[in-house]
Amino acid sequence: MRILRLLWVGWKFHVKSLTLSAFFILTSILQPIIFASVAYFMFRTGAREGTLLYVALGAGMMGIWSSTLFGSGGAIQWQRWQGTLEYCIAVPPPFLLVILPLTLATATIGLYSLTATLVWGWLFFDVPLEVADPLAFAVALPVAVVGLGLLGLILASTFVMYRNANALSNLLEYPVWLVTGLLVSLSLMPGWVGPISWVLAPTWGVNALREAAIAGNPWPEIGMCLALGAVYLVIGHFALQHFERLARERATLSLT
Amino acid sequence: MAVVEAIDLHRTYRTSTGTFRRKWKDVEAVRGVSFEIGEGELFGLLGPNGAGKTTTIKMLITLLIPTSGTARVLGHDVVKDAREVRKSIGYVFGGERGVYERLSGYDNLRYFAELYGVPPKRIRPRIDELLELVGLRGREQERAEGYSRGMKQRLHIARGLLHDPPVVFLDEPTIGLDPIGARELRATVASLAQAGKTILLTTHYMFEADALCDRIAVINRGQIVAEGTPTDLKQRVADGTVVEVEVFGVPEGTVKRVRGLSGVLSVSVEEREQAQVIIVQTRADVELTQGILGTLDGANVGRISRREPTLEDAYVALVAEQ
Repeated sequence: MRILRLLWVGWKFHVKSLTLSAFFILTSILQPIIFASVAYFMFRTGAREGTLLYVALGAGMMGIWSSTLFGSGGAIQWQRWQGTLEYCIAVPPPFLLVILPLTLATATIGLYSLTATLVWGWLFFDVPLEVADPLAFAVALPVAVVGLGLLGLILASTFVMYRNANALSNLLEYPVWLVTGLLVSLSLMPGWVGPISWVLAPTWGVNALREAAIAGNPWPEIGMCLALGAVYLVIGHFALQHFERLARERATLSLT
Repeated sequence: MAVVEAIDLHRTYRTSTGTFRRKWKDVEAVRGVSFEIGEGELFGLLGPNGAGKTTTIKMLITLLIPTSGTARVLGHDVVKDAREVRKSIGYVFGGERGVYERLSGYDNLRYFAELYGVPPKRIRPRIDELLELVGLRGREQERAEGYSRGMKQRLHIARGLLHDPPVVFLDEPTIGLDPIGARELRATVASLAQAGKTILLTTHYMFEADALCDRIAVINRGQIVAEGTPTDLKQRVADGTVVEVEVFGVPEGTVKRVRGLSGVLSVSVEEREQAQVIIVQTRADVELTQGILGTLDGANVGRISRREPTLEDAYVALVAEQ
C-alpha cells in the first residue's frame, strides 16, 4: 500500500513539474506534429496498405518514445543541475521507487504528443478518429505508456551514473522508431531487425493500439507489453542499485 | 554512546586533465578524519574552502562511499546500513540549489514528506508546523523559483526536518544569506539544539561556530588539526597578542618578511575597501609593532591596533600551521 502511494504521489508530482515546463510541453506537441506530417506524406506517396489511423498511432507513439527518452534523461540531468538528485538519492525508500514515478510521468506526458498527432491528422490529413474497440484501446494505451516508462527506467539508471549520458538520448531516438515499426512497417526491415523489435516495448505497444483501433485482436500484444514491462522492472531495479552505488563511489551525483 | 562516529575516514577523487592524452590524478579530499558526536551535542566542523568539510558530511549522510575507514550514525554503518541511516537523519546543504523550482514550497515539502514516510494524516499538520518554524507561512503556495535565497534555505531546513530526525547535518547553511537571514537561521539551529537534536554543522564563519557549537573540530587539507570546545581552541592562542596594521598597498614580499620576524605565530592579509589589514599573531612576550612597520618599505600606513586573540585568530593560526 505504501509503495503504491509513493508511486502515485511521485507520479503526480513529476507530471505537475513537467507540465509546468513550457519548453517540455511545447516540444512534446510541436515535434511530433512535424514527425506525423512526414509520416502522412510518406504513407500517401508510398501508396501502401493500411489506414491513416495506423500511421497516426505510429507517429503518436514516436512522440511518446521521444518524450520518455528525453524526459528520463533530461529530467535526471536537470535534477543533477538543480541539485535535487542528491536529495532524492539519500532518502530511505529504494531508488527504484523514486525514479520509476519520474519515468512513468515522462511517458505520460508523451500522451500530449499522441493527442496532438491525432488531432493534427484529423484536422489536416483527414485521419478518421473512430476506434473499433474502445475498451481494448483504453487498456492498450496505459499499458503502452507503462511499457515505455519502464524502458525509460533502464535508461534512467545510466543517466544517474554518467553526467553526460543524455547524449545517449539522441543516439537512441531514431533507431528505436525504425526497429519498432513506429515510422515504417517492420515488414520493410531486414530480417535481423525482428528479434530486436521483439524485446522493445514500443513494438508491442503500438501494435496493441493499432489492433484495437482497426478491429484486430490487441490482447496478445497487450500481454507482451506487460510481460516486457515486468522484465524491464527487474532489470531496472538491479541496474539502478548498481549504478547508484557506482555513482556514490565515483562521486558523480552532483556537479561539485 | 556516540550518535555519530567517524573513524579514520579517507576519500580520494580521481580527476583527469587533457583531451587526447588524459592524465589521471588522485586527489585526497579527506585524509584520516576521526571524531565522535554525543547525543544532543552541536558539533562544528570548521575549515576553509576545499578543506574536506562537505566530503566528510556527504560520507556521513550516505551520498559518498568512503575510500577507506568507517562511519556510523546511531550505530548504523553508513555503507552497509545506508537505508537505516537515511531514516534517522536530516540534512541541509547551503545555497539555492536542491529545490524543485517550478513547484511550490508546499509541493516540495509534500513530496519529501512522502519519501520520508511521514504518516499521511501527519503530513499536513507537520508541514504547517515547519512552515511556522522557518517563517514561510503564507508563502508556501508560491512557486519556489520566486523565492529569495534565504527563503529557499529555510525551505531546505523544513525539508530536512519533515520526519523529525534525531540527527541533523547542516552543511554551511548560512552561506550567501544576508545578515538578518543568517541570524534568523542561526536562531533556528539553536532552537533545534535546544530541542535535543544531535547536530553536525559545517561552516567557515568563526563567530557562527563560536556562538552555536558545543565542540568544534578544525579541518584543513582533509585532516582534523584541532578539536575541542570554542574556549579550548581560543586557549591555544590565549597567551598571544594580535597586531593589526592598516596599509594602503601592501608591498610585495611583506607577508614573507613579517613571517620571518622572531615571535610571529601567523600572518594573514584582509582586504578592507581601499586598504589592506595585515593581521599578525605574535607571542605575548614580544613587542613587534616596530618590526612589522620596518618590513613595509615605507608604504602608507593607517590605523595600528593591538587586541586579544579571538576564535578566528585561533583558527587562522591552526590553518597556517599546516
